[in-house]
Amino acid sequence: MSDKIAGPEIERLISLLGRMPGLGRRSARKAALALLKRRDDLLMPLADAMRDAAEKLTECVQCGNIDTISPCTLCADPRRDQTMIVVVEEVGDLWALERAGAVRGLYHVLGGHLSPLDGIGPDRLNIAKLVKRAHQPEVTEILLALNVTVEGQSTAHYLTDALEASGVMLSRLAQGVPVGGELDYLDEGTLLAAFKSRSKV
Amino acid sequence: MTDNDHAVLPLTPKIWVKRLTLTNVRNYASLTLEAPAAPVVLFGSNGAGKTNLLEAVSMLAPGQGIRRAALADLARHAGGGDWAVAASVMRDGEPIDIGTGIRGDQVTGQRATSRIVRIDGEGQSGTGALADVVEIAWLTPALDSLLTGPAAERRRFLDRLILCFDPSHRTRANRFERAMRQRNRLLDDGVRDDAQFRGLEEQLAESGVAMAAARLDAVAALNVVAERRRSRAPDSPFPWAEAALEGTLEAQLLSEVAAVDVEDQYALDLARTRERDRAAGRTLTGPHRSDFLLKHGPKSMPGRLCSTGEQKALLVGLVLAHAELSAARKQGAAPILLLDEIAAHLDEYRRGALFDELLLLGTQAWMTGTDRSAFAGLEGRAGFFRVDDGFVTPF
Ligand SMILES: Nc1ncnc2c1ncn2[C@@H]1O[C@H](COP(=O)(O)OP(=O)(O)O)[C@@H](O)[C@H]1O
Ligand SMILES: [Mg+2]
Ligand SMILES: [Zn+2]
Repeated sequence: MSDKIAGPEIERLISLLGRMPGLGRRSARKAALALLKRRDDLLMPLADAMRDAAEKLTECVQCGNIDTISPCTLCADPRRDQTMIVVVEEVGDLWALERAGAVRGLYHVLGGHLSPLDGIGPDRLNIAKLVKRAHQPEVTEILLALNVTVEGQSTAHYLTDALEASGVMLSRLAQGVPVGGELDYLDEGTLLAAFKSRSKV
Repeated sequence: MTDNDHAVLPLTPKIWVKRLTLTNVRNYASLTLEAPAAPVVLFGSNGAGKTNLLEAVSMLAPGQGIRRAALADLARHAGGGDWAVAASVMRDGEPIDIGTGIRGDQVTGQRATSRIVRIDGEGQSGTGALADVVEIAWLTPALDSLLTGPAAERRRFLDRLILCFDPSHRTRANRFERAMRQRNRLLDDGVRDDAQFRGLEEQLAESGVAMAAARLDAVAALNVVAERRRSRAPDSPFPWAEAALEGTLEAQLLSEVAAVDVEDQYALDLARTRERDRAAGRTLTGPHRSDFLLKHGPKSMPGRLCSTGEQKALLVGLVLAHAELSAARKQGAAPILLLDEIAAHLDEYRRGALFDELLLLGTQAWMTGTDRSAFAGLEGRAGFFRVDDGFVTPF
């Protein structure tokens, strides 16, 4: 029995959708079907939105966030607290913290964590720019909001070292983040509590 | 109270599997078994599927189960690659639903790398959460060589026992393991940047000392229970075991050095021994090098020098002591015990003594054997099931 149920264009759509996180082959077929059935009010607008995003996609020169403008929407917002930088591993963590409404300050996205097993050393992370930002006079606090995993914590340790000379106050998320916890998976209440009870390193 | 002539007052198990459903597990296409709040006897010929059934029960605990098999190996050969074990576990009179298994991707042929776990319908990340729900300990023929084999097996055995009353032990061990692998890679990569090592070494010290302390605590507590068992039944066929730990951190903790100081010292040692470890290709100091030693108490003989039969009896005694300890720490809830081929090495007198002890403990012990007659002492006090080539019939 063949697995193909439609022409190559549709098969390609299904196969690409199936590569999205959380979507298996079956859900990909369901999603494709929904798109095909609603060509004008869903499929076309989605295709346009995707092309738009793909064309304008860029990394923020300042913080490493992903956005369609650079500096990103958050860095460009004058109402945000310019004295505080929250360091996260991934854009997903930034989104999680924003969802929780926890942070009034700016962000810095490392683009991962130190992991020798994956060949990721300090030079592979967005660290040099962070050190530079730490030396700006308006910056007074840097919060290390890294995952409570072995890698997150050794990265935090490394950053503590690297940022020491800048003289800014360093803090980290404290209570409520369970060991092994990845920020991305925490609920908003927990994140907010962890943020409020942050402690000095 | 291990005297056969005494009537024992059995305790009803507080943790027990009430219903077990297997789908495409080993030689079971589909099976539902209703078990009693009492010991369970599985009898049947060789290759019938008795051990497979115990293995399925062991999947209700964290880890890889009694055979330490790869996840894909549990899938029935004639099935589609998926397997599932579902169970309704009673705990203090409340049912808890556990579901676990793998879903292979038939389209991509991708192998499942992690086991799906659901507790009361809620998906869990990893198998660790199972440790909070049900305690299981086991003794299988593969463990017969535990006392003569490599230290790693003994450590694993002890760590599993600890999990029954200290579920966070697994988290600590995982953290330690992960941090050590990261450090070993740094060494291997020729990195010499102190800042990259220190974060890992501090975590190694923190989790490593916590591991050693938990093991020491367990060993001391096991020795206390062994002593109690000894004075209760000096002639028990399951001799009391004297347990001990051998290791650098353990020795420091035992000599009353404060845990925080042992941590600092260990972190310093790790920093100082980077070049030595780099040359060796691995981390040479730590709880991953400790040994768990058992001594035959009455004979004052190291376990590895005891006869095969004595070793088995020693291990049975240890598992019974552990079950008693675990029950004491869990409001009287003794762990479920999986005792594979338990009748094989024990004569009638020893079997009788074991059954009495199990009934006294109030554990749902799952036992296997080829002959029903070996379990005659449990008639009327246990659930009996005949296993035939993937089918199970209550008897
Ligand atoms: N993945 C599998 N699919 C089908 N059968 C299996 C699988 N793994 C093992 N078996 C079969 O299960 C049987 C062994 O069952 P086991 O429970 O060890 O027997 P016993 O009753 O002697 O303990 C063997 O016949 C073996 O071929
Ligand atoms: Mg067997
Ligand atoms: Zn930005």
